[in-house]
Amino acid sequence: MTKHRLFWPAVVLAALLLANVVFTPDFFAIRIKDGHLYGSLIDILHFGAPLILVALGMTLVIATSGIDLSVGSTVAIAGALACLHISGAADPASPATVLGAVALALGVALVLGAVNGVLVARVGVQPIIATLILMVAGRGVAQLVTDGQIVTVTSEPYKLIGGGYWLTMPFAILFAAAVVLLTSLLTRRTALGLLLESVGGNPVASRLAGIRATGLIGLVYLFSALCAGVAGLMISSNVSSADGNNAGLWIELDAILAVVLGGTSLTGGRFSLGGTVIGALIIQTLSTTVYTIGIPPETTLVFKAFVVIAVCLIQSPAFRAKAARRRARPGRGTASRPLTPENTEVGA
Amino acid sequence: MPAHPARQPVLEAHAIRKEFPGVVALDGVDFRLFPGDVHALMGENGAGKSTLIKVLTGVYASDGGEIVLNGRPVRITGPLQAQRAGISTVYQEVNLCPNLSVAENIFIGREPRRLGLVHWSELRTRAARLVASLDLDVDVSAPLNSYSIAIQQLVAIVRAVDVSAKVLILDEPTSSLDRDEVRQLFTVLRRLRDQGVAILFVSHFLEQIYEICDRMTILRDGRVEGEYAIGELSQADLVARMIGGELAGLEDLSGRHGPHAEADAAPFLRAEGLARSGAVEPYDLTIRAGEVVGLAGLLGSGRTEAARLLFGADRSTEGSVRIEDAVVTLPTPRAAISYGIAFCSEDRKTEGLVGELTVRENIVLALQAARGWLRPLSRARQDEIALRWIRSLDVRPDDPETLVRNLSGGNQQKVLLARWLITDPRLLILDEPTRGIDIGAKAEIQKLVAELAQDGMSVLFISAELEEVLRLSHRVGVLRDRRLVAELPNDGSLTPERIMATIASGAPS
Ligand SMILES: Nc1ncnc2c1ncn2[C@@H]1O[C@H](COP(=O)(O)OP(=O)(O)O)[C@@H](O)[C@H]1O
Ligand SMILES: [Mg+2]
Repeated sequence: MTKHRLFWPAVVLAALLLANVVFTPDFFAIRIKDGHLYGSLIDILHFGAPLILVALGMTLVIATSGIDLSVGSTVAIAGALACLHISGAADPASPATVLGAVALALGVALVLGAVNGVLVARVGVQPIIATLILMVAGRGVAQLVTDGQIVTVTSEPYKLIGGGYWLTMPFAILFAAAVVLLTSLLTRRTALGLLLESVGGNPVASRLAGIRATGLIGLVYLFSALCAGVAGLMISSNVSSADGNNAGLWIELDAILAVVLGGTSLTGGRFSLGGTVIGALIIQTLSTTVYTIGIPPETTLVFKAFVVIAVCLIQSPAFRAKAARRRARPGRGTASRPLTPENTEVGA
Repeated sequence: MPAHPARQPVLEAHAIRKEFPGVVALDGVDFRLFPGDVHALMGENGAGKSTLIKVLTGVYASDGGEIVLNGRPVRITGPLQAQRAGISTVYQEVNLCPNLSVAENIFIGREPRRLGLVHWSELRTRAARLVASLDLDVDVSAPLNSYSIAIQQLVAIVRAVDVSAKVLILDEPTSSLDRDEVRQLFTVLRRLRDQGVAILFVSHFLEQIYEICDRMTILRDGRVEGEYAIGELSQADLVARMIGGELAGLEDLSGRHGPHAEADAAPFLRAEGLARSGAVEPYDLTIRAGEVVGLAGLLGSGRTEAARLLFGADRSTEGSVRIEDAVVTLPTPRAAISYGIAFCSEDRKTEGLVGELTVRENIVLALQAARGWLRPLSRARQDEIALRWIRSLDVRPDDPETLVRNLSGGNQQKVLLARWLITDPRLLILDEPTRGIDIGAKAEIQKLVAELAQDGMSVLFISAELEEVLRLSHRVGVLRDRRLVAELPNDGSLTPERIMATIASGAPS
């Protein structure tokens, strides 16, 4: 059971959640008010939805042994474009305006994804460089779009995307869940997952096996950008405003962390969407925990860093083997004269 | 075990046990190594040779047993520590950093320092001296990956030798070396042996074993079959002891599948003036349906390069290819695959298999790629295909969910073969399919090739072993210095010596 790849991430998430109960006894309580569910768990899912989406796209990119640093900028651009479109429209509250805004934002996100895809898959630029370009430039574009200001909108239909409810649940949660489900169907019920893992695991062998890597790699950058676009809509809709400067800031790092915490290796190959979702939830829970237990804001990042290091260590088979060996040592009486004279132990 | 002339073993192992999930790789293995001996570790693929070496060098912790070094029980906790204790290892797969320089690779982890900083010029001078002492013509400041695998292997040996080894372990060091390089290596090994170094040597080339080794230990299915002085056992006895009762199937191979002419069959593929500048000169080659065409030549003579053009692995810069009389372009492997061409690369690890995927996934990969991702093979189909081929090629372990990187070389080769055979190719290109493979698996693969050709498949068979090329091929193309210099019909009068003479002189004899 501990062999299952989701075991350790799940244990960590559970431990984090339980730790919260110590500080907030009613942490697991869920209430219904006005037909809506409320509670800390719901909040974690609700505010974690954009991260889950971005991390989902990131997982597929990382599976091909790539990386997408530009998702944060895409989040900002998508939000900015949508809000600008709505605030400039004659009737901000009409569904047609909102649909137009969504289409515009996602369309531009896809263009950005296509740029990444072409740079990586066709031109052959290293993914980290290719997407770094857009990470830096995109932030600037977002600020140009919003003119350096925070664009606020008052539009009921737009508000629904990030803040609405459906069947007692926040719409964002349902939407994220649907995307997770669709993505796992798409990758595991078709051969897409296998081919992506093969391309990421050994690009040369994959080419010789007849896999068309260019198209696949282009596709994952498109998908990543689309996810980021949707996340951008959720984030800006939730606060009814777009902040080109801060929206989605550092979300690429959180997303990469979520992927790694979920057990997908940065070197590409095998990926786990379920692991990524758990990873994203760990990060979101961590942010919530930091607030609820009143850790001073200036130490928040350090606290986060420690938890992340701990999780990575727990997940590392080499580390676990070492820890187990250390524990087992006193009891093991056989042939135990270490080799080197100074009694040191090197390597493992 | 026969007694050994009153000498103390430098390294002993008692009752070593090592289990992997589902496999007992070593089961109560006793082993000893004497100073000044070259000792062969023999056994089929999967017998446990590499595992024993990894236990001896601390890569794996054993699940039982004891290791004794210089008469004292020791616990070896890692390769670095083993190295400090005087046990150096060169593994089967080159384990160096390809983008660092040769000099850096030789000294990695123990760079000469001055004032705490790496003393680069000293490092380069010392590396150059070491390389020169082996008569190798290598620029030590060039990146390692600018050299062939053979040279990289020699660099690994240089590195291992230099860390003042009392015990030097070589896991299939010669599988990628050509004759001259093997001779060079053996010169070095003899020099080290005379200095009292104990050398443990794994190779599948029996002649090499008999040329260089003093003693041998035979492993079979994770157990020791016996330890012998080299003179005690003939080659035939050795093979029989390695594979147990399976010898019968091996002997009748040459008789049953003797070459036969196919001159009247229609050509499947015809290359005309095909070339790639810098890789292979223009060549003409015709391959008929049901015909096995062998390619012979020294390492680096352009055998692989010529074959890669036929598969679209590299683009040709000149010439044309016709398939069944229609001119085709082969810009990518994908294009070649669509014409029914399959290619098993000589470099299984980097160009063949995807190590972190399972046996099942590796087997269906090419077929799935050809179908496209929208037409997945159902899991039930995949399981059925994988199990069928695991059984018919006798892949071990037989669990389709094993990760391919945990398989031994011969079994990996079978998985790669299975991948292409399920695509039902019309032309199968095999580049060194039996390299680094034990004699049993080798015979199985040879038999398979002969049977496939009898069923009408065309085969392009590349191998450094001339006997093997001769046994299987109807015609043999000989390459020399990137040029196809001769095409010799295998009409019964062709011998390895004649092929060698052609390679040497560059003209048919
Ligand atoms: N890391 C591993 N995990 C699981 N099984 C392994 C691993 N390494 C080796 N094996 C298994 O152990 C057996 C011995 O393998 P190995 O020592 O590589 O054989 P050899 O080197 O003699 O060909 C084989 O059945 C092989 O599949
Ligand atoms: Mg081996």
